[in-house]
Amino acid sequence: MKKSPNIIELKKVKKHYKMGDSIVRAVDGVSIKIERGNFVSIMGPSGSGKSTTMNLVGSLDIPTEGSIYLDNIDIATLSESRLAQIRGRKIGFIFQSFNLVPNMTAKENVMMPMIFQEIEESERKKRAEELLRLVELADRMDYLPRQLSGGQQQRVAIARSLANDPEVILADEPTGNLDTKTGEVVMDFLRTLNKQGKTIIMVTHEPELAEEYSNKIYWMKDGKIEKITSKSGNTWKVSGK
Amino acid sequence: MIKDYVSMSARNVRKRGIRSWLTMIGIFIGIAAVVSLISLGDGLQNAITGQFDTLDPNKLTVTNVETGFGPPGSTAVQKLTKHDLELIEDIGGVRLAVARLIRVVEVEYNDVSRFRYVTNIPEEQEDIDLVYDSLNVKPAQGSLLDRRDKGQIVLGNSFIEEDSFGREIRVGKRINVGGESFQVKGILEKAGSFQINSVIFMQEEDLKRVLDIDDEIDLIVVEVEDQNELDAVAERIREKIRDDRNLDVGEDDFSVQTPQQTLETINIILDTINIVVGAIAGISLLVGGIGIANTMYTSVLERTKEIGVMKAVGAKDEDILILFLIESAALGFVGGVVGAIIGLGLAFVAALGVNFIFPALNFGVSFSFPLVAAAIIFSLVIGGLSGIVPAYRASKLKPVEALRA
Repeated sequence: MKKSPNIIELKKVKKHYKMGDSIVRAVDGVSIKIERGNFVSIMGPSGSGKSTTMNLVGSLDIPTEGSIYLDNIDIATLSESRLAQIRGRKIGFIFQSFNLVPNMTAKENVMMPMIFQEIEESERKKRAEELLRLVELADRMDYLPRQLSGGQQQRVAIARSLANDPEVILADEPTGNLDTKTGEVVMDFLRTLNKQGKTIIMVTHEPELAEEYSNKIYWMKDGKIEKITSKSGNTWKVSGK
Repeated sequence: MIKDYVSMSARNVRKRGIRSWLTMIGIFIGIAAVVSLISLGDGLQNAITGQFDTLDPNKLTVTNVETGFGPPGSTAVQKLTKHDLELIEDIGGVRLAVARLIRVVEVEYNDVSRFRYVTNIPEEQEDIDLVYDSLNVKPAQGSLLDRRDKGQIVLGNSFIEEDSFGREIRVGKRINVGGESFQVKGILEKAGSFQINSVIFMQEEDLKRVLDIDDEIDLIVVEVEDQNELDAVAERIREKIRDDRNLDVGEDDFSVQTPQQTLETINIILDTINIVVGAIAGISLLVGGIGIANTMYTSVLERTKEIGVMKAVGAKDEDILILFLIESAALGFVGGVVGAIIGLGLAFVAALGVNFIFPALNFGVSFSFPLVAAAIIFSLVIGGLSGIVPAYRASKLKPVEALRA
């Protein structure tokens, strides 16, 4: 099968929730194409539907309407278990609150996604150590999350997201819980990964952050895409709606 | 991969520390009860049947029984008397019938007073021999009583083995029994039955005088001519006494027991003990299982976010299910191991205690590896079963919702 240029594609996706008697249209007809190797941001204030969109992009949730293709596979047709397997292989997650397992060391946290892909223990160890060296935590491998600073925890999370060598890294407000300086360190890691060929999708409410690091920004408001801007050279142009 | 799940689960059990131990208490108690009971069971059976090792295949016993029916007063026990003894002696197939008295009496020696069993030796030498023979007693010191030995007694072995009176008892010493002074003529060899070890033999005449007994018999030992006729003779005795007392079948206020029946009675007692302890163990294991289920529910709630993360990084529903099942099975397993150790410990302590109080019993503990293994596997299964519902719930959590927790 020929590889599609788009790693993830959302087609007229709607996600509606029932809340009491009313229906919340969290995502209301969103179409997004994410090209392989790009660094994309989904921007918007809280309540704009960007988090729901991220969950859909990350195949953590399935849409009420429309279709989502992850590497050309319609995720709505998959069982949760099958989806988990594909997700574990193709997407790495970085969360705002790091979400490390508290009673596992840094190394064990990085090894965990590989357990679910049934990778041998020796291989898991080797790879986890490599990844932690990459995020410059070689001397913190056997520390528990609570023994690490926020920035260090987020770097462990980056290493974890790379465990199964995914094509896409999905970062949900990756600097949201960090001060500016440590935030920059984390963002620089993401930029490096992008240069090495990873597709990065970042959700943020900070326009400066989105404009500094990404090449394409989806601006969301009220569950819809308000505009799409792309970087050409050093300027941003509206490239669609 | 199961190895990884086991180590992840073990980590979670360990992390909860004291809560994990508290969760397992029900399992401890249940398994400890089962293991200790079964380990003691053989010893118990041997000890109890040892009390009856005097059971001869050619002897019957006739005893008094309270009927317990009808208004107060009307059930007054009709005691066996010399008249009944004479009736039995005349029945066909009966070779010998001997009247026995077994009472508890106060014994005083060296200003120390204790309560001990006392029993008569009959008046005829032939009857005396039957008693000695059926109880299988032999003198360790001195000699046994014969029909001429008025004012003398023979003591069970525990009188010299246990220092209950603070001063050594020897043949020839005088001991106060029920207010009268008796001379010790002999001391018996150690027997398997603690009743015989703590018994005092004396002349029937002496016993009746000391305890102020009139024409009363506690039990009649009947020796039959032909062992194969045992049941038939037993039935004839029943009919004869019923006839004499004007009773219908079912109204018996006496009981004729064959050795077989005596063994059955013992087994009923043992079975009852087993059922009661089994029920306690069962309830305890049920409670233990509920405790594990409860802990697992709490654990799922507390770790919802963690479950969400695991799912995000690729854990399938089955992975989560297995993880939580292993965790609850691990609780059962550890509970079973600790319970089995406690149970065996209890059994040994109980055996030590029994042997300390009744050294004559030679009470033993039987260690059975299959039993311990079965108990541990059983508790592991209980743990696993208790975890099914919480684990299923954990596995079905939606990743988005779990992450939001």
